[in-house]
Amino acid sequence: MSDLFYLVTLLPLLGFLVNGLLGKKINNEKITGIIGSLMVFIPFLIASVTFFQLLSFNPEERSIFVNYFSWITAGNLEINYAFLIDPLSMVMVLVITGIGFLIHVYSIGYMHGDPGFAKFFAYLNLFIFAMLHLVLADNFLLIFLGWEGVGLCSYLLIGFWYQHKFTGEAAKKAFVMNRIGDVGFMIAMFIIFANFGTLKISEFLPQLEGYPLNDGLLIAIGLLFFLGATGKSAQIPLYTWLPDAMAGPTPVSALIHAATMVTAGIYLVARTSLLYALTPVTTQTIFIIGIVTSLLAGTIAIKQNDIKKVLAYSTVSQLGFMFIALGVFAYHVAVFHLVTHAFFKALMFLGSGSVIHGMKDEQDIRYMGGLKRKMKITFITFLIGTLAISGIPPLSGFWSKDEILYKVMSNAGTVYYIIVLISAAITAFYMFRLVSLTFYGKARYNEEKIHPHESSVMTIPLIILAVLSAIGGFIGMPHFLGVPNVFEEWLAPVFSKSYSVFESFQPSVEHSVSFEIILILISVIVASVVSWYAFKKFSKQETFEEESGFGKVLENKYYVDEVYDTVVVEPIKNVSDKFLWNIFDVKIIDGVINGIANYFSKLSFDWRKLQTGIVQDYTAISVAGVIAIILYLLLK
Amino acid sequence: MLEINYYLILSALLFSIGVLGVLVRRNAIIIFMSIELMLNAINISLVSFSSYLGEISGQIFVFMVLTVAAAEAAVGLAIIISLYRNKSTVNIDEINILKW
Repeated sequence: MSDLFYLVTLLPLLGFLVNGLLGKKINNEKITGIIGSLMVFIPFLIASVTFFQLLSFNPEERSIFVNYFSWITAGNLEINYAFLIDPLSMVMVLVITGIGFLIHVYSIGYMHGDPGFAKFFAYLNLFIFAMLHLVLADNFLLIFLGWEGVGLCSYLLIGFWYQHKFTGEAAKKAFVMNRIGDVGFMIAMFIIFANFGTLKISEFLPQLEGYPLNDGLLIAIGLLFFLGATGKSAQIPLYTWLPDAMAGPTPVSALIHAATMVTAGIYLVARTSLLYALTPVTTQTIFIIGIVTSLLAGTIAIKQNDIKKVLAYSTVSQLGFMFIALGVFAYHVAVFHLVTHAFFKALMFLGSGSVIHGMKDEQDIRYMGGLKRKMKITFITFLIGTLAISGIPPLSGFWSKDEILYKVMSNAGTVYYIIVLISAAITAFYMFRLVSLTFYGKARYNEEKIHPHESSVMTIPLIILAVLSAIGGFIGMPHFLGVPNVFEEWLAPVFSKSYSVFESFQPSVEHSVSFEIILILISVIVASVVSWYAFKKFSKQETFEEESGFGKVLENKYYVDEVYDTVVVEPIKNVSDKFLWNIFDVKIIDGVINGIANYFSKLSFDWRKLQTGIVQDYTAISVAGVIAIILYLLLK
Repeated sequence: MLEINYYLILSALLFSIGVLGVLVRRNAIIIFMSIELMLNAINISLVSFSSYLGEISGQIFVFMVLTVAAAEAAVGLAIIISLYRNKSTVNIDEINILKW
């Protein structure tokens, strides 16, 4: 099976090259779109076959190491271009190629008529190529290659419509914010190589086993990796780029900024879970950051009026939930939520894209309303996604979010449980506000000018994703229902060591079935009540008043961007302008150069007078020289 | 026969007069003549030494110098003439464009 596996990464690269180099010559949207989509679909098929082959092995043997060639060899450093195919990377590959394929198909419709059609598909394929490296690589350097590759594609695709100034600025912002996190990733790699002599994950993790809990070195590595994760996965303090990234085309938001790239941080922590299980301090940091981010982003989402901005903040908040799961040592739950979130968030982004497309690029939900009848499929699928994210059973989001709540309850305590429950309720609130304002009530747009419509190439991916969002959660149902939690079992070999470390210092608490049922009932009731309240409150709303008080703070995103501007950006600008440029560069650097030049210029101003131009003067000096030599010889 | 010293003193005097002429005079033609004077002063030295040492090569070298001096006179005078055509003067104080 690994005979064909190299095609999984090779085909997207091929698609990138064909569409990137020949796209203009082909100049046919159909061919370009089909090439782009196939180059993701075939890897999906190969990955599926591989998945079933892995399934036929014993759970302990479901980890295959494929070494292709030696990439870098220098002294002790040996980097192989090698893949690790194990349950965790398999889940990621299936999500990336599966959802990636659907979004490629959707893009054929969404990007129709765009002059950069071929370029768009080339970038998308390049993204899939890089993302697959990120999840398949066996060593940190190759992961970093994918990590930077997806960052580059994210930059290119956010700024895809580069004619507008703000898209370019959003792209730059995303790039710079990610770069801050990447520094953490790189330093972590340096530390690992200096102390463990390897960058291979399969050699690094086993070396950790002898370490005591909360070892300083491991905490440093863990926190630095987590800094990288906050950049890529949009957590405090580096989350501000993700909402701005919505400047890119909507399929990009769905693929990169909801389903795949932003989950890279979760993947990284899950991949090195043993490191985090050994350092509860780091894990607690992750937990706190996750909670604060999910609350902060959730509350901001309540007051946003741009349909994509709401979804963007929702993504930040949901990523916060995944980090909460990682922060209570529930790694498989984080990955489970990652998968279900990929389903319903990709679905809702594509749905919002369908709305925006049908509304002729209107993104403000205050000018929508009543789209329920005009865009039936979009409405139904979007509603399924909303129900899923809000945690209404039996849709996928319910199972994963409930599992997170349960793990918070049993591993962190009641106080945290209530906080996370509030955050989950906020999710239901802003999502139903979004649905109500967009699809219910009366039309608040100019009905003579805009005729909302949907196209079939765009609705088919919506339907498939809606089905997945609806039933995807059944793979991870809790044990007490009497059905096996197949997802947990599937990932068990990857996390078994981490869990045994965790249980060594915090024995697992067995809760009674009735307790679990009560928890589930609480969260279902909270989610339903909040959803119903939001629906009642917003579905009839027709006028919008200017926000005031706390609402204004929320609408302005807690002024975090402004704070960053005053605290970081402006001081750097000022220092660059007033000191680095006007003092250091102009006065010191230029001063030294010009000073040296002036010195010699002045020196030679006097000495050049030797050159009188009169031959006799030169001759006199020459004769004087001769006489001097003769005198010297005589008197010697 | 006179001692060689007298010839050498004469040669040195003539040479010094030539040098002074080159350094002090302003007329290009006079300077040119002074240079010829220096050459001839050297010729005297060469001939004296040749006679004193009984060695013929010194006298042969004098012929060499005379030939070169003749060629030099031709070139030098040509330069002075073309200078005069350009500047209408042979005063070398006015021929000083080779400076800062």
